[in-house]
Amino acid sequence: MRAYLPDCDLRVAATLDDALALLAAEPGVWTPIAGGTDLMVVHNAGRLKATRFLDLSRLAELRGIAEEGDCLAFGALTSFTEVREHPAVHRHFPNLVKSARVTGALAIQNRGTLGGNIVNASPAADTPPSLLAYGAELELVSPRGRRRVAYDHFHLGYKQMDLAPDELVARILVPKPQGHSFHYFRKVGTRQAQAIAKVCLAAHARVQDGVLAELRIGLGSVAPVPARARHAEATLLGQPVAALPVAAARAALLDDMSPIDDIRASAHYRSVVTQNVLSHMLRELATA
Amino acid sequence: MIGASSHRKEGRAKVTGAALYTDDKFMPGALHGVTIRSQVPRGILKAIRFGEGIPWDEFTIVTAADIPGKNLVASVVHDQPFLVGIGEEITHMEQPVVLLAHADRHLAEKARRAVSLEVEELPAILDIQSSLELQQVIYGPNNLLKEIRIQKGDPATVWATAAHVIEGEYRTGAQEQMYLETNAMVAQVEEKEGQTWVTVWGSLQCPYYVHNALKQLFDLPGDRVRVVAMEMGGAFGGKEDYPSVNGGHAALLAWKSGLPVKLIYDREEDLACTTKRHPSRTLLKTAFDADGQLLAIEVDFAIDGGAYATMSPVVLSRGALHAAGVYCAPHVKVHARAVATNTPPPGAFRGFGAPQSLFAIERHMDICARKLGLDPVELRRKNFLRMGGTMATGQVIREDLDLGGIMDRALAEIGYHDKRAAYAITNQEDDPIKRGVGFSVFMHGCGFTGSGESYLASVAGVEGLADGTVSILAASTEMGQGKNTVFSQIVAEALKVPFDLVDVAQVDTDHVPNSGPTVASRSTMMVGRILEDAAIGFKQALVQQGFLKEPYTAEEFRAGVQRAVETLGSVKCYGQYHKPANITWNDATYQGDAYPTYSWACYAADVAVDLDIFEVKVEDFVTVQEVGRVVNPRLAAGQIEGGVAQGIGWGLWEEVTTKQGRMINNQMTNYIIPTSADLPRIRVTFLENAHPAGPGGAKGIGELPMDGPGPALVNALEAALGPLRLDEVPMTPERLLARWEEVSHG
Amino acid sequence: MADHITLRMKVNGEDRSVEVHPFARLLDVLREDLRLTGTKEGCGEGECGACTVLVDGRVVNSCLVPAAQVQGSEIVTVEGLAKGDELSPLQAAFVAHNGAQCGFCTPGMLVAATDLLNRCPNPTEDAVREGLAGNLCRCTGYSKILDAVHTAASGGEGK
Ligand SMILES: Cc1cc2nc3c(=O)[nH]c(=O)nc-3n(C[C@H](O)[C@H](O)[C@H](O)COP(=O)(O)OP(=O)(O)OC[C@H]3O[C@@H](n4cnc5c(N)ncnc54)[C@H](O)[C@@H]3O)c2cc1C
Ligand code: FES
Ligand code: FES
Repeated sequence: MRAYLPDCDLRVAATLDDALALLAAEPGVWTPIAGGTDLMVVHNAGRLKATRFLDLSRLAELRGIAEEGDCLAFGALTSFTEVREHPAVHRHFPNLVKSARVTGALAIQNRGTLGGNIVNASPAADTPPSLLAYGAELELVSPRGRRRVAYDHFHLGYKQMDLAPDELVARILVPKPQGHSFHYFRKVGTRQAQAIAKVCLAAHARVQDGVLAELRIGLGSVAPVPARARHAEATLLGQPVAALPVAAARAALLDDMSPIDDIRASAHYRSVVTQNVLSHMLRELATA
Repeated sequence: MIGASSHRKEGRAKVTGAALYTDDKFMPGALHGVTIRSQVPRGILKAIRFGEGIPWDEFTIVTAADIPGKNLVASVVHDQPFLVGIGEEITHMEQPVVLLAHADRHLAEKARRAVSLEVEELPAILDIQSSLELQQVIYGPNNLLKEIRIQKGDPATVWATAAHVIEGEYRTGAQEQMYLETNAMVAQVEEKEGQTWVTVWGSLQCPYYVHNALKQLFDLPGDRVRVVAMEMGGAFGGKEDYPSVNGGHAALLAWKSGLPVKLIYDREEDLACTTKRHPSRTLLKTAFDADGQLLAIEVDFAIDGGAYATMSPVVLSRGALHAAGVYCAPHVKVHARAVATNTPPPGAFRGFGAPQSLFAIERHMDICARKLGLDPVELRRKNFLRMGGTMATGQVIREDLDLGGIMDRALAEIGYHDKRAAYAITNQEDDPIKRGVGFSVFMHGCGFTGSGESYLASVAGVEGLADGTVSILAASTEMGQGKNTVFSQIVAEALKVPFDLVDVAQVDTDHVPNSGPTVASRSTMMVGRILEDAAIGFKQALVQQGFLKEPYTAEEFRAGVQRAVETLGSVKCYGQYHKPANITWNDATYQGDAYPTYSWACYAADVAVDLDIFEVKVEDFVTVQEVGRVVNPRLAAGQIEGGVAQGIGWGLWEEVTTKQGRMINNQMTNYIIPTSADLPRIRVTFLENAHPAGPGGAKGIGELPMDGPGPALVNALEAALGPLRLDEVPMTPERLLARWEEVSHG
Repeated sequence: MADHITLRMKVNGEDRSVEVHPFARLLDVLREDLRLTGTKEGCGEGECGACTVLVDGRVVNSCLVPAAQVQGSEIVTVEGLAKGDELSPLQAAFVAHNGAQCGFCTPGMLVAATDLLNRCPNPTEDAVREGLAGNLCRCTGYSKILDAVHTAASGGEGK
């Protein structure tokens, strides 16, 4: 444990209003902590700059999974285990269940939260590709009130977000797919469990009259942020599923990625494998 | 008793959390130590600066200038300083320079960041090739830590005339032991009666190595140094030589402060600075006649030994002695070199050089089979060592060795021939999953190399206790391999008493004799044999002196021991290693019996490769081994399963990524060892063939399972994917993709 | 600078209270303040699982939990698995099957396996592999651990 504890402070917020008041009073000073599964790792290694923490874990206002109109609304504190165990999530969002299931291992799933996964803003995080594929929206809260941001506009650059220092993520709203649709999620990790993604691809599609009527693809680990594969989507939309332009989609996908070499994988591996996973997804779509 | 799956002696303490590991030892007033390390691969240390904001007067600070004895770690070669002094040369990125200790461990951590070093940088050598090319001379006259030549016949006489000459180059990467418990030491130095007494408790494999190191560091006689082995959370070789370094550091801080000191590495530090498996590069050249009979093998074997010799001479020796594998050729030449580089020194790791050279020869045999148009099974069968055959050192196989039988058994278990045929068809299908089976045949020499055992002259003993039970006195440590249990079984068998009447004494150099280091798969076979003698001597002494009458019941034995202890005060009997009469070895020529005997094995792997993502899944893994008599089948199976798991990791995932010679993926999240979701059930078969050198006929098993998986897996990959340039481990998905693209895209 | 807090928890069925920094790791509170040293540190980064304990019935990596977040919680560590001198069926099965070699992963592994069997008394092999995937073991290759869990699940104590 390399952090110097005496320099650190931790406040436990009892209500959401208390939490927001503290954030507003000293903007940028207090770092929210939810499950701690990202922050504590960096803190233990002595590499965390932040020293003042605001504990959100007791805020009932940020908990729970509830139906809200056409959406399922997830409190930011929803843990991966709650995602895995909730029947409505299984019914509507199998990709999210899969994302949660391959996040770390059980002990991480019990503590790690959706809000933390989003705001930690790692390009390698596993729920963001699924949230992108489902067209999720975030509800942010501050003393100034609540506002909504489409999730695919939330990440602005590496660890840069459309989130003010006095704002928290309150809820994640995910529209429930209508009718019969196709769900695909694949993570290529460093190993079969307790692994960080080298490549991740989630997709949600709807086919109407043999034609791809709706398609969203979320990518992980191949750009500075979790990214929509808009170019690949554009090549495929409106095409007959029996004759999808796979090669064109693969080529277009290259414009959706800007992978890097790092300790876990090379940029080349990431780009080839993402293309292959796209092909795999399209094969499944064609036979679905 | 021998042959029973007795429960682990310390099993209960381990499942209740009662077992005490080094970091579980709390001493009143103890300080927490940290180590300041160089941050350049090579240079001259000019100055040490202590930064602002730290109450330095509260700290114990140790530099090279403080060292009371010799500033050199006692090892095979005495070349490594405990700490680099001002004006001296820094030779790798993680070299210890300053030691700090404070009662508040958080403050000690803060202080770690406040020390900076002024270093005049020098150009560094970071890999085998640049070292061999002498781009810089960084060690001795020629950068060689050790050089070995072994020769039988002369391969040069056959190259021109042989029907086939096949060459290959193979590489293996560094590997981290990743014992779950990081390196840890607690030390105390007391001044009593005008004398200095040094005690170290630690996670260490070889108490007497540390004992020697401390004697030299403090310039003290042996009886003033005490080393105690705590419960150990794994080692695999990683706590063989390194504890002499951090044990010395902890003791220096304790000596200077007059207080107990705890020096516990966190995972990042442990990964970055402690020893790893040596990276290797092997050039192989083989000649065959028209029928596939081996005529000659020539091996140029080089390992990266890092900045100091540590265990490299011995690792090199074992690698060289296994380099021709299980084959008999009339002409064999091995040229082996351990080269210096400016990297943290590698050291011992399960297998000790053999996995590296065996990877090369076992991959090479498959490649030769393909080039000769022969089945890899039949090419091997033609060339196996057999009774009466001679190895490269001239060692004659005296046992009834049946490698063909071992191989056939493993191939039958995995369904080799059926699967090969089936996969040849299914791999044609338009499916990204390609499958293959592969195997390796190999041996592992038991005990120390060459004259090592004679030189050690190990001693171990048994002691009768007041309650009538028997205690085993040996410095061999329990690191999870089951030494406590196996020794107790051997002694119980020799005494013909129940297992419960025997236990092991705590490993404390004040109390147990030097039974040698706990390495080289030698504990069961070598120390076990000494204990068997000691136990028989113990019993005979009791009988001769009238305390015991044969035959006896357990109760009679117990009463006899009680009476003997009451009467004589202390009853101990020691045994010592005796070189078997028929063993000869010449260290200068590398001729003779390199090892008293070998364990033999064939491992087979069934793999599936997903060509979408280049991930390899191990579907089935079969191990068949001849290891002499198995003392405890369940513990032995555990050794094989665990060793294979490490071997699979080395073969497929475990990569040490470095920058300027320093590991940069030094976190558990970035150095990939297998989880329970990554491995198949490893199947274990023992073929028993009792060997006279070991107790009850036992040989060594600890390291054997590390040797086979690498080549078996990569051979299976070639079976699945065809002839790619599969010449290296780990064959990670990235590497596999690169090799695949070499053939599919030109 | 933070004031220490009085942390009240039920640990292995006993009420405990300690003065700690609110951001101290639960792992350190257990090991250093309560001297429950059965729980181990293998990495301090949530990866190895040697520090696994139950918090309010769920497995967590205690190296990643700040003290203030377990105020009022119920904690179970490896020391709380046996009933007095009597090993739990799972502990007994680990002894019988050689599920513990060096034993360093064992406390966390046992806590994780206890939780697994509480949730799923008759798990398949794959379920056990998934359930224990956050607990790394470098010694066993996992086979003997799987055997021990299956034995405990089927009510036996192993051979
Ligand atoms: C061993 C291990 C394995 C892991 N494996 C995976 C994996 O496979 N896939 C994966 O995606 N992740 C993985 N993670 C990362 C981590 O578990 C997840 O990112 C998790 O979702 C983080 O949630 P948390 O609540 O624990 O975050 P915290 O650590 O509590 O917070 C993370 C960040 O989010 C901010 N934050 C949290 N909640 C809010 C909020 N409501 N509003 C505003 N800001 C907020 C915090 O300030 C902080 O910056 C792993 C971590 C570990 C230690
Ligand atoms: S020490 Fe907590 S997971 Fe490794
Ligand atoms: S028994 Fe040693 S790590 Fe599991």
